[in-house]
Amino acid sequence: MSGTFVGMPAFPKAAHEAVNNQTLRGNLRHATHTIRGKRAKAVAEVSDWAALREAGKQIKDHTLRHLDRYLVQVEEAVTAAGGTVHWAADADEANRIVTDLVKATGETEVVKVKSMATQEIGLNEALEAEGIRAYETDLAELIVQLGKDRPSHILVPAIHRNRGEIRDIFAREMSEWGRPAPEGLTDTPAELAEAARLHLREKFLRAKVGVSGANFVIAETGTLVVVESEGNGRMCLTLPETLISVVGIEKILPTWQDLEVFLQTLPRSSTAERMNPYTSTWTGTTDEDGPRAFHLVLLDNGRTDTLADEVGRQALRCIRCSACLNVCPVYERAGGHAYGSVYPGPIGAILSPQLRGTQSEIDASLPYASSLCGACYEVCPVAIDIPEVLVHLRERVVEGGQVTREGNKVVLRPAKGHAAERAAMRAARWAFSHPGALRTGQRLASRTRRLHPRSLPGPGRAWSATRDLPPVPAEPFRDWWQRTNGGKDGAK
Amino acid sequence: MSSRERILGRVRRALADVPADDTPYEQAVERGYAREHGDRSVGQTVDLLAENLADYRAIVHRCTAADLPATLAGMLAARGARTVIVPPGLDPGWLTSADAEQVPDRAESTPHELDRLDSVVTACAVAIAETGTIVLDGGPDQGRRRITLIPDHHICVVRVPDQVVSSVPQALERLDPARPLTWISGPSATSDIELDRVEGVHGPRTLEVVLVESPAGTEGTS
Ligand code: SF4
Repeated sequence: MSGTFVGMPAFPKAAHEAVNNQTLRGNLRHATHTIRGKRAKAVAEVSDWAALREAGKQIKDHTLRHLDRYLVQVEEAVTAAGGTVHWAADADEANRIVTDLVKATGETEVVKVKSMATQEIGLNEALEAEGIRAYETDLAELIVQLGKDRPSHILVPAIHRNRGEIRDIFAREMSEWGRPAPEGLTDTPAELAEAARLHLREKFLRAKVGVSGANFVIAETGTLVVVESEGNGRMCLTLPETLISVVGIEKILPTWQDLEVFLQTLPRSSTAERMNPYTSTWTGTTDEDGPRAFHLVLLDNGRTDTLADEVGRQALRCIRCSACLNVCPVYERAGGHAYGSVYPGPIGAILSPQLRGTQSEIDASLPYASSLCGACYEVCPVAIDIPEVLVHLRERVVEGGQVTREGNKVVLRPAKGHAAERAAMRAARWAFSHPGALRTGQRLASRTRRLHPRSLPGPGRAWSATRDLPPVPAEPFRDWWQRTNGGKDGAK
Repeated sequence: MSSRERILGRVRRALADVPADDTPYEQAVERGYAREHGDRSVGQTVDLLAENLADYRAIVHRCTAADLPATLAGMLAARGARTVIVPPGLDPGWLTSADAEQVPDRAESTPHELDRLDSVVTACAVAIAETGTIVLDGGPDQGRRRITLIPDHHICVVRVPDQVVSSVPQALERLDPARPLTWISGPSATSDIELDRVEGVHGPRTLEVVLVESPAGTEGTS
């Protein structure tokens, strides 16, 4: 996987730097707390949330357990509907397929709707190297692209930028990329959005090639689904003559009916809305409506290796709603960039080390980028037990063992004793010196008490071997305090 | 070996733990969730649709079938629309009172041409009350996907109650996945700048929905 941010320091160091950046922390705190509160309200509106969540989990698990069958079904259905299916084993192959498809059209620019898969494979850079310019068209992605920056959140990639910074980026950079920002641009969100609208519209209207990802692919019908808010998705999906969608093989759902689950849980979990402003579905090509050529690139790039791990496999259920980011005390302080991958936050901490392996320092440190508080598991609309996978991956980092890399079984050596311990301890020290992170950490610790060994798993083992861990209290003081209104309610 | 074979081979090896007689799809998923939320009369469902559309900042109008042409003419005039795109199968009676020049939806027109037009009027395939969503399926009275995307003003006519369902599951039952679908909940919006919601980034900035009473004697409701 080519998505490692080059030269990225390991998580504790990157996080440490982020924590010291006051603006970043302020922007992040505001954003995560706002979405968190709204999400809770949106979820409370549907009485059957638990049943929807369970069904979502079961649909995804079933699909993953029979992925070979569903992949073939997708291929047949998309082909029958007039599309062309390509298979990409890794990032390089996917980039080559897309580059060749674009070149065959004779075009030198493409418009893109935000897609994590194409970020993961570094598609924009690969296209650039072949003289093809890729324009990101999501407002936040535009902010990121113009700011020569990296996205820091799945859903709100420019969450780390405030309006003043955005105004400055637009005023300075837009002219480099096309229509310049209007004179006297202020920092009101409406004016900034208008500037983006004008800047991007000229690109949409002339675009001949669109590139997208997809939220879901329906096996029985070959239908692709894109969920969005701004309409830039609709622009990219319907105006160009050629549409290329790069989709991870884990995005499949068996049937059309399955959408009824995810179209209820995804918007509420991500933007805290009953429904996002736009959802587009398309099946192959349609005469005189939308692109004349449709290509689906099915991407592996580490997913089959992840699938081979019976504990870690559940990470592939992820529907990228970003709810886990918004509740994570570590993410809130460290920001998305510290995770060194396009997948930040709790999901990034379990997905990246599985997609990429744990050889690099950043990937080996990611399983420690958590206080194990369990908040991510609780909000996850497909019930991914992120803490369970984190602990599992910590063990793998430290003890080594058999894993699958690029389809082959390999035996990992344990991380070198004290290097691993140092990484873990640095992460731990960091968490423990940030009381908010620790506070929520303790909550999970008590909830998962029966899972708690008397020694630390992973690299901590060497450290705890000679020390007794304090027993975890049945209920953390903080929870008791909240539950009993500071003891006033007379509960024990 | 082709990448297709390589990937399928990796998937199969990765799933060595899955037994051959694994629970089939039909039994693997418990659908214990609700088909719709709450217990409403047909009228209440339509009211909820109006409420949720408005909550997402669509402008909602209600009228009888007889009043529809005058209502549409008034809306276009209030907007100062000089041109309006018309899908091929739109009921010709709807725009008989409108002053705006009617431009047919044609495959040949370029995006730049569409960009110069003021408004678009369409019907819809189904509307979902619980979420405040209208769904277009490219039918003859709705036209190509792009005509409801490029003009800045979209008027969508929903026949109530027969085109209204309560919930997402009920909507999916009525829709044909072979058609390209566009689900619309309020105007285009972004919350990318400090999470302040701003209407209209790339899609129409104004969405007006007309709930028109079906003439007596037409289809029932679900
Ligand atoms: S892991 Fe769960 S909560 Fe996090 S982004 Fe994925 S689906 Fe959402």
